Amino acid sequence: MDFVNALRSVRREEKAGGLSGLARREALWGLAFLSPWLLGFLLFTIFPMLASLYFSFTNFDITRPETTRFIGLENYKRFFTDPVMRRSLWITVRFMLISVPVGLAQPLLMAAMLNAKSLWGKRIFRTLFFMPSIIPVVSTAYIWQGFMNTETGWLNRFLMNVLRIAKPPQWFNDPTWVYPALIIMGLWGVGNALIYTLAGMQGVPTEYYEAARVDGANALHTFFRITLPMISPVIFYNLVLMVIGLFQYFILAWIVGGSTSAPGGATQFYNVYLYKTAFVYSNMGYGSTLAWALFFMGLTATLILFGTAKYWVYYAAED
Amino acid sequence: MSAQTSLQTPRSRVGGSVVLMRHIRPLLAAATITLFTLMVLLVFLSPFGYMMTTAFKSRAQITDVNLPLLPVSPAVYSYTLDTPAVYEISFVNVQGNVVSQTVMLQKGTGYPMYRVPVGCETPPFEGCEVRDLALIARRTSVNFFIDPDHPEEGVIEWTGNLLDLKPSYELDLHWENFARAWEELDFPKMIRNTVIIAVTGVIGTTLSCILVAYGFSRFRIPGKAILFLILIGTIILPSQVTLIPTYTVFKIYIINKLQAAFKNSATWGWIAKYAPLLPLTLPHFFANAYNVFLLRQYFLTIPKEMDEAAMIDGASPFRTLVSVILPQALPAVTAVMLFHFMWAWNDYFGPLIYLAGVKELQPLSIGIQLYNQQYSFMTFMVQATALMGLVLPVVIFFLAQRVFMQGVVVTGVEK
Repeated sequence: MDFVNALRSVRREEKAGGLSGLARREALWGLAFLSPWLLGFLLFTIFPMLASLYFSFTNFDITRPETTRFIGLENYKRFFTDPVMRRSLWITVRFMLISVPVGLAQPLLMAAMLNAKSLWGKRIFRTLFFMPSIIPVVSTAYIWQGFMNTETGWLNRFLMNVLRIAKPPQWFNDPTWVYPALIIMGLWGVGNALIYTLAGMQGVPTEYYEAARVDGANALHTFFRITLPMISPVIFYNLVLMVIGLFQYFILAWIVGGSTSAPGGATQFYNVYLYKTAFVYSNMGYGSTLAWALFFMGLTATLILFGTAKYWVYYAAED
Repeated sequence: MSAQTSLQTPRSRVGGSVVLMRHIRPLLAAATITLFTLMVLLVFLSPFGYMMTTAFKSRAQITDVNLPLLPVSPAVYSYTLDTPAVYEISFVNVQGNVVSQTVMLQKGTGYPMYRVPVGCETPPFEGCEVRDLALIARRTSVNFFIDPDHPEEGVIEWTGNLLDLKPSYELDLHWENFARAWEELDFPKMIRNTVIIAVTGVIGTTLSCILVAYGFSRFRIPGKAILFLILIGTIILPSQVTLIPTYTVFKIYIINKLQAAFKNSATWGWIAKYAPLLPLTLPHFFANAYNVFLLRQYFLTIPKEMDEAAMIDGASPFRTLVSVILPQALPAVTAVMLFHFMWAWNDYFGPLIYLAGVKELQPLSIGIQLYNQQYSFMTFMVQATALMGLVLPVVIFFLAQRVFMQGVVVTGVEK
């Protein structure tokens, strides 16, 4: 993985020299160049993080800042007994359980297809499959909402007129079908994961495939025994980003469900609840508690994933 | 045929077909996989088809589910010549008498077009030639058509039930949807806002990330490894943990104060007006992990000897950056600018939080939501705005697709 290698090289370089006068000059210049980020990190990361930790112990309401007072663990007590929070977290986790397998399989299948040796027009295909992920999210949501409209959408017209399904799903109007609908909508966001996966597949040394062919392996064998293990770092990277992203799932749920989280509260994902608490009900204190809880859940999930990595992620030739 | 017999067959006889097979089989495989990929692509992009066709429709074309998918309307033949055309028709009336009449086509009159199976009278109309004809007269049991393309053929009689016929359709594009959205949503204003936000952000990101990436790629700094780890770590830090205080400070301590101070100033009034854009632009002047990483990786590929030579000649590190590193790093810098421009153009969350009540300053990404909120039944207007919202990003993407694809790979996975 790129980030890992980069870190290693930085550390190696650092060990190399002590600090002479010249070296100090160099370090000062270096810090000067880093200063925009250092300053920004203090202003826009460290300070707000501490502030939001502090907020989480208060009843801060942005519309009535003068009434703010320290309320100890009240918000945390509320957090652990809040049925609305529990429901929104359950919605998020359940959504993750179907979303993650789809999100892992989709780029793999597409990349395998686009990486086929004999495919004509590879570049055009790659570009066109990537393209939907650069269009504005509101446009994406509108297009899919229309496409899956119960009466006039193409999908249900296809289901009714071609597949002869008498009662096709109500998609965005049905509290159950809205999740598959959101996942289908999410298929368009494959772009980056697809490109990483393709790059990973193209980086697998061809000797491995030749050796496998000599040994008489078929395409399926080759894919599962060579391609998959070789690109497992990419899969891992996609997985981590996806899980972190899903904990923060918001925009599509918000555009589809609006402030009522239609249909029937089904689109009130955890982050939607957080947003409503802080910015609709102006409860910045409890909102901060929800934010920190989100941070910890995401961190825990990431650490667990990193813990499993040694069992299934294969790093070739760590030089 | 067993393997043995095929081996014994004299080569000269089957040699030709073996060679042919060797050429055709890969070709066939390539055609199959390409066709398959093409079909997957069509399914994948089919919502675009829905959007494109719906955006050009009128309300009537949306509500009639029996219409074809394309934006069409029932065709009407309009007679345009100054001299009326005269046609003789004869039929049997209710009393059983044969009646002859003349039908005159007047300039400006419209005649509905039907898909007429000439020669067949009862459904299913199999084996008959279907023609698009204009109905000029209807009598008790007979319908009289003419072919607008061949009026010299004269009257064509058809004795079936008119209700069994399908009307002919013609393409009927409602371009006015776009003009309407352009005006009702005030696109010029939204584009202005989007450009202000995006361009300021591009300037900020590019400048700051170049400096920081240079620092990380060329200088020995104590603790650099930890700093770099922290920088990368910010990628997985959920923005929610920093959002509420950032919002509070910007809103209460910066925007409100600026607005109070400059609201009534004639020369500085614009500060009050544009102050709400600060949280969407200012933070970008402090670098971000993705772009620093991309630039740093690129800077590392530039040979160090070149900047060392510049330093020996007495150039300061800053001078070296500007005149040695940057000219060679233009592709990476372009990628960063493009990425940020697209990101800012499409950013939804920032404007949603900071410009919620500020209609005057809303960019395209959230501004185009009007129709969905107010008139959800106007699918055609919703799709028209969706189309207008994605045109520019898609054009930029196709013009610079190579930059996008490669940049993504550099930041994600290095090979």
